[in-house]
Amino acid sequence: MNQMKFTRRNFLQVSATAAGAMVIGFHMPSKAMAQAEGSAGTEINAWLSIDANNIVSIATPQTEMGQGAFTSVPMMIAEELDVPWENVRHVFADANRHVNNENLYTTTSTGGSTTVSRRHPYMMQAGASARERLRQAAATRWGVPLDQVVAKQGVLSAGSNQGTYGEFAAEAAAITLEQEPAIKPYGDWWLLGTDVKRLDIPLKTNGSAVFATDVEVEGMVYAAVAACPVPEGKVVSFDFDAIKDMPGVIQAVELKQTKDTPTFTDLRSAVAVVAESWYQAKNALAAMPIVSDFGRGAAISNESQNAEALSLLAGTGVVLKDEEGNPGKGYDKGVNQDAVPGLLESATKLVVGEVYHRPFEAHATMMPPAAVADVKEDRVDVWTFTQDIGRSLNEVADQLGRDTTNVFLHQTYLGGGFGGGYNMDVHRQAAAISAAIGRPVKVIRSREEDIGGDSQRPPVWGTYKAALGDDGLPTALMTHFVGEEKMPNFARSSVANMPYIIPNRRHELSQVQSHVPIGYHRAPGANSNGFIIEQMVDELAQAGGWDPLDWRIKLTEGNEPWQRVLLAMKEKSGWTTDLGDGEGMGCAVVESHGTIAGCVATVSVSRRGQIFIDKLQYFLNSGYTINPLNAIEQAESSAIWELSHAMFGGLDLRDGRFVNTNFDSYQMLRMPDTPPVVEVQLVNSEDGWWGGLGEPAGPPTPPAIANAIFYASGTRIRTTPFTKATI
Amino acid sequence: MAITLNINGNDVSIDADPQMPLLWAIREKAGLSGTKFGCGIAQCGACTVIIDGSAVRSCNIPVASAVGRQLRTIEGVSENNDHPVQLAWQDLTVPQCGYCQSGQIMSAVALLERTPEPSDREIDQAMAGNICRCGTYPRIRAAIHRAAELAKA
Ligand code: FES
Ligand code: FES
Repeated sequence: MNQMKFTRRNFLQVSATAAGAMVIGFHMPSKAMAQAEGSAGTEINAWLSIDANNIVSIATPQTEMGQGAFTSVPMMIAEELDVPWENVRHVFADANRHVNNENLYTTTSTGGSTTVSRRHPYMMQAGASARERLRQAAATRWGVPLDQVVAKQGVLSAGSNQGTYGEFAAEAAAITLEQEPAIKPYGDWWLLGTDVKRLDIPLKTNGSAVFATDVEVEGMVYAAVAACPVPEGKVVSFDFDAIKDMPGVIQAVELKQTKDTPTFTDLRSAVAVVAESWYQAKNALAAMPIVSDFGRGAAISNESQNAEALSLLAGTGVVLKDEEGNPGKGYDKGVNQDAVPGLLESATKLVVGEVYHRPFEAHATMMPPAAVADVKEDRVDVWTFTQDIGRSLNEVADQLGRDTTNVFLHQTYLGGGFGGGYNMDVHRQAAAISAAIGRPVKVIRSREEDIGGDSQRPPVWGTYKAALGDDGLPTALMTHFVGEEKMPNFARSSVANMPYIIPNRRHELSQVQSHVPIGYHRAPGANSNGFIIEQMVDELAQAGGWDPLDWRIKLTEGNEPWQRVLLAMKEKSGWTTDLGDGEGMGCAVVESHGTIAGCVATVSVSRRGQIFIDKLQYFLNSGYTINPLNAIEQAESSAIWELSHAMFGGLDLRDGRFVNTNFDSYQMLRMPDTPPVVEVQLVNSEDGWWGGLGEPAGPPTPPAIANAIFYASGTRIRTTPFTKATI
Repeated sequence: MAITLNINGNDVSIDADPQMPLLWAIREKAGLSGTKFGCGIAQCGACTVIIDGSAVRSCNIPVASAVGRQLRTIEGVSENNDHPVQLAWQDLTVPQCGYCQSGQIMSAVALLERTPEPSDREIDQAMAGNICRCGTYPRIRAAIHRAAELAKA
């Protein structure tokens, strides 16, 4: 599908010295980090180096937040290089080198489930290029024709000549290829497509993985920060004298907002208290009188937004164009939007939907955003919570007015990301504070500061009207969604590009305004909209006398990727709409990031209305999968992510501020709520396109459960969290 | 003031305010960063350590309350990352982002020391205080059963 552009230059970078080892005067928090940043050996290209023992170190420009980038990137390169997997070591890519060499690694952005799906061409190319140069080096040294040299599992051979890659690394590094080799087609793989355990797992069972929160620098102090509790509001003044004698307190620093309306990663108005210990900084900050100007947000609440959305839904929205976005090729999406109002007017059987709604949700990564900055006259070192090391490095340079050549941003593990690591100003805060106090500083956001000031997943409202024909199938459909003005796209995904063939479709969109920063959030848009569309489908099927799964199969006829998923759901899940009193099965299928994900949920509902989720079964079609084990782990993870929001989530906005900002009030799914069975099956088309896997199992989860609850209890739940619904 | 803690079998002297939450004493003063901060209000379990055999949230108890007691952190679970719980965690590829996992492992270790063959219900109860935003719960549940088997063998 989408292939990113890449430049050949990236593979031709030659350096005879050791790769990207950064020599810096800070205390290495652990051996793991020391190993990760320095790779010995000869660099063949920016992506990999090989040492004398034939150990291959592969650099990953994407960040590792549990999704497996630190394994999948090395896998793609090792596949082409052809080295034993046991010889592969992971190293962090050097952000400074990336930024100051015309984006050496093409991109360091990590999100949208794209590390594998969109980047495999150039990553595999890096491995193939290195392999070819090793072959050429051997051919030259041995004086044999190139086509006689075989490179396999770290060994070069030609007739009786044999040597390891490591023996030829220095010569290979000096070679420029006349022509870059093509990458392998699907099916020629020996490593991709097999179950590989993620390389970072052992570091995460003994506490040795280093997160930004864990970095220690000589002479470092700690800072707690507070932005205005009403987003967009500004800190007007604060009374440091009132707290300056509290234990450990060193200084207060105002973080000045430079732009009137900051974009996502600009520094927002805030104040920091610096102390000898983080808890001292946090306590002192809590005690410090702060005067804020709340701005327009103070008038906005869940209620006011809800009222605005309902009145918008009563009117007409902007008509959306049909959209591309499905991997299914060549089927008729049929829109004919102008005919729809008339057809609904004259319908003999009209179905009028009620209003569905999903609220604000925060990322609430287990690791609260944190950053360490050491700003010196001649260099800046930063460790931070980011899903894009290159962009964050540029932001730090911008914040301090420094040249990027002297800014070093070191990768650490991310304690979750889910999109939250994109719209982040914590490294700007750390840099600004360190510059102001002249010492290295560690900023940790309190959980309340994190959730209250996060770039939130926006709320969505939606409803529909449909006319049904004699066969019970829809002849015309109109949907009207209300999204958030800053990211209207979030109210579009999975709506206009739904796969269902309905001869006349019209999709309208309206927008509510708010002061709340909005951000990417694990399958943005599809997560909320799938909830609405896939319950609408069940309502339409029911009104037309169709089995909901048969309805979906019927209306995607000829669309192979969807049919593959839907038929698997029907054949392999034990599908039935008749499980008996208090029990129900429900289904939903949503595409996001090029992957079609189907979920079949089995639930029981007690007489008192308690919901038990007995089983969740997933069927995923991502085209190809390079590491099925990791694909399944990610599917489980994204499924439980959305399950958590569906059952317990929902931020409460009152007078402009979020009031449930820690885990006592913003509830998460826990072990006792986890369904006994969560099963994932991969049903791949293996047909030329690659879908992402970090997110797609989430979106079908809440609607499948809501549909199952309907069959179990007769009650339809149109909003989340379910725990607040009355059944 | 000078405080002596017994951490992972070693006496460690630190200079701290006795009211300092134990979590920050472990991280900032004793320099053990495996124990994590997640909420500060005993709701998430990221800061779980074992004190005298019980899993405890270290973020909201004062360091003074740990004096004279046996304190264990993730760093003290094994020398070589090979405690049955750690092996089961690696085998079933439990950790994702990994941030919650020190706390999860400490809760699991404490559970298995008291209940060597826990039922699903006992696992649910013992692990209810540990949130995982990456949703590794099904694998944690399976890995605790696996660890119980490994410990028996
Ligand atoms: S940090 Fe202690 S329970 Fe969350
Ligand atoms: S592994 Fe990420 S929070 Fe549990």
